[in-house]
Amino acid sequence: MSVLTYLIPISLILGAVGLAAFIYTVRSNQYDDPEGDARRILSDEWDDKPKP
Amino acid sequence: MTAQLRPSLAACPACVAAPHDSAEQAPTEARLALSLPGIHCQACISAVERELNAEPGIRSARVNLTLKRALIEADPDVRAADLIPVLERIGYEAHELDLAALAATQNDKAGRDLLMRLAVAGFASMNVMLLSVSVWSGASDATRDMFHWISAAITFPAIIFSAQPFFANAWTVLRVKRLNMDVPIVLALVLALLTSLWETFLSGEHAYFDAALTLTFFLLAGRYLDYRTRAVARSAAEELAALEVPRAVRLLDGDEYEVPVADLAIGDLILVRPGGRMPVDGEIVAGQSELDRSLLTGETLPVFAAPGLAVSAGEVNLTGPLTIRATAVGEDTSLHRMTDLVAIAESGRSRYTSLADSAAKLYAPGVHILSALAFAGWYLYTFDIRTALNIAAAVLIITCPCALGLAVPAVTTAASGRLFKKGMLIKHATALERLAEVDTVVFDKTGTLTAGTPEVTNLGGHARGDLEIALTLAEGSSHPLSVALARAAREAGVKPAAVQEITEVPGYGAEGLYRGARVRLGRAAWVGAEQGSQTAAWLDSGAGSAKPFLFTDALRPGAAEAVQALKAAGKDVLLISGDTTGAVEDLARRLGISKWVAEALPADKSARVQLLADQGKKVLMVGDGLNDTAALAAAHVSISPASALDAARVASDIVLLGQDLEPIAEACGVAQKATRRIRENFRIATLYNVIAVPLAIAGLATPLIAALAMSTSSITVSLNALRLR
Repeated sequence: MSVLTYLIPISLILGAVGLAAFIYTVRSNQYDDPEGDARRILSDEWDDKPKP
Repeated sequence: MTAQLRPSLAACPACVAAPHDSAEQAPTEARLALSLPGIHCQACISAVERELNAEPGIRSARVNLTLKRALIEADPDVRAADLIPVLERIGYEAHELDLAALAATQNDKAGRDLLMRLAVAGFASMNVMLLSVSVWSGASDATRDMFHWISAAITFPAIIFSAQPFFANAWTVLRVKRLNMDVPIVLALVLALLTSLWETFLSGEHAYFDAALTLTFFLLAGRYLDYRTRAVARSAAEELAALEVPRAVRLLDGDEYEVPVADLAIGDLILVRPGGRMPVDGEIVAGQSELDRSLLTGETLPVFAAPGLAVSAGEVNLTGPLTIRATAVGEDTSLHRMTDLVAIAESGRSRYTSLADSAAKLYAPGVHILSALAFAGWYLYTFDIRTALNIAAAVLIITCPCALGLAVPAVTTAASGRLFKKGMLIKHATALERLAEVDTVVFDKTGTLTAGTPEVTNLGGHARGDLEIALTLAEGSSHPLSVALARAAREAGVKPAAVQEITEVPGYGAEGLYRGARVRLGRAAWVGAEQGSQTAAWLDSGAGSAKPFLFTDALRPGAAEAVQALKAAGKDVLLISGDTTGAVEDLARRLGISKWVAEALPADKSARVQLLADQGKKVLMVGDGLNDTAALAAAHVSISPASALDAARVASDIVLLGQDLEPIAEACGVAQKATRRIRENFRIATLYNVIAVPLAIAGLATPLIAALAMSTSSITVSLNALRLR
């Protein structure tokens, strides 16, 4: 059962990482325009390099 | 000065973001918002952004496709009015939005707050569920206790944070000694947490930490869906209000100043240009023109306007510039006084109890009694307070309204989303339920069934030469009748004649010289003819008597289909209008409406709607004018087109965003389907309770059974709602 000493902290940390990532996306306005963002990937304007 | 600088700025968006650059710029900048109803795809986003960013003075422009808006940061001297033609040139309809009116949805704090709580509950419940599954699959003794303790350590802070909305709501209703759905929720959460903690302390077998968290998660999901639906409707409704940027031209010592309408005072001289709307009540002091009063009274015929005539806010000036002296501003205008009428009628509507409320009324006391009985029964049977409390907690958790909390929001979200795609905006929370009960539909005429744009009916009855003269004269005027006549003549292939010295005489018509003779197109009296009953523009071609061009109001697209579909669905269709008998009778015949009322005053309209309501009919009122406002508010449910006056839109439950009326009939169908789904969902939720509650009362419920019942019922309810899409 000693494996639990690794697995439980790992599962807790992974959960916390997921939550932190979600909070980051909310804070940085990533849910403001879901429809537009879904379509922007089809734009070929910035295909060669990332948008400055 | 900065003019040379601007193109290079816009050509390189990176420069805009560079800090040294913004330091050089003036500290102020203009933030503009444009509404772009026509954008729908990736190509539209790119085209609009490319075009706007290439404009001088614009620092950045970003399109939001979800809201169909462009947000622009620009130099302070850039005006939205200059950008609209730019977009129209590449084929996109654009309107300026008043950012101040949009402020409420700009930073949506409540929505984010709810989303954050939902996320915390979600992630915590995943972790706790992981531990619980290990317990259910056989972890025992010290391992089980450790898992329970870890679960408790996650659950307590998570619940304290995410269930706050329920605690707050329950506290507010308990303080006024009433019950709502949140009271059993809070009781279940608190009892579940406390008994589970106690059990863990005594290294007991069952802990309900996962149940408490999943419960919070599902309930928050319902709340969030509900909130989203309303936020979308609210932001779109705000956008409609923001479309009318309230500005007026004030005359001061012969100079013109553009000022916000709110700053106007009684006695101010205000210039209203052709095509403009009266910002305040007043009296004409200079100028001659015609006024379109259709939004206020329902009359289609323009009224002749000359100095001395009293005008009301909301009337549209058609032909010549008018100077008016304000007699009532702001809250005192006749437009605003109408809202009092609306407030009175609205108090009647709040009597409607939604399905969710009536379910809660049955549910909340029932749950409390059930779990209290379970507690009392088990205590008397075993005299063990631990067992009794555990069973009472299990009963509360299993009956807890997870599925009930999702049953209504999931369906209304799906239905509102579907109707929004069709161009309908559901403003009121219970509008769908009320729409489903409708059996009588009352239409207004002008601006609702008709588009408010005239159409020539007797173009073929005129000689070619006359048509050529009429076309030339009509093209020299911006009067709606002239515009309609010119368009119809052009479509018929008529070429303009060589009419010289065309001048528009505001309020009368247009005149010119043709082969040495004076020719006129305009009002009957002006060209020496007798005014008939129908809307007409008269042509005096210099030879013989004047000839009339007759006009009829063009039907709004989809009007005939909507009336037909509503009648086919077995609903009573009525037409009540403030217009003249002839015009109303004619339209009623064209649409096949057998019951119609003409020349109705605003009070008549609402009285008739009230009368129908007293006869037990559920009335749907569709109208757009100020004269419909009271009737809109008095009806069981009401719809107004986006072109309606602000007051009418505020009074109605549903706003029709497009030109087309056809979605009205479909909306009734969707509403009925939605209500049916809501009832089905209630039945599904009850069914799960009927199966699980006896188990809980018998003391056979385990946390596993609670989790299964809760999750399956919530998921079935959501899936059932999705069938609407």
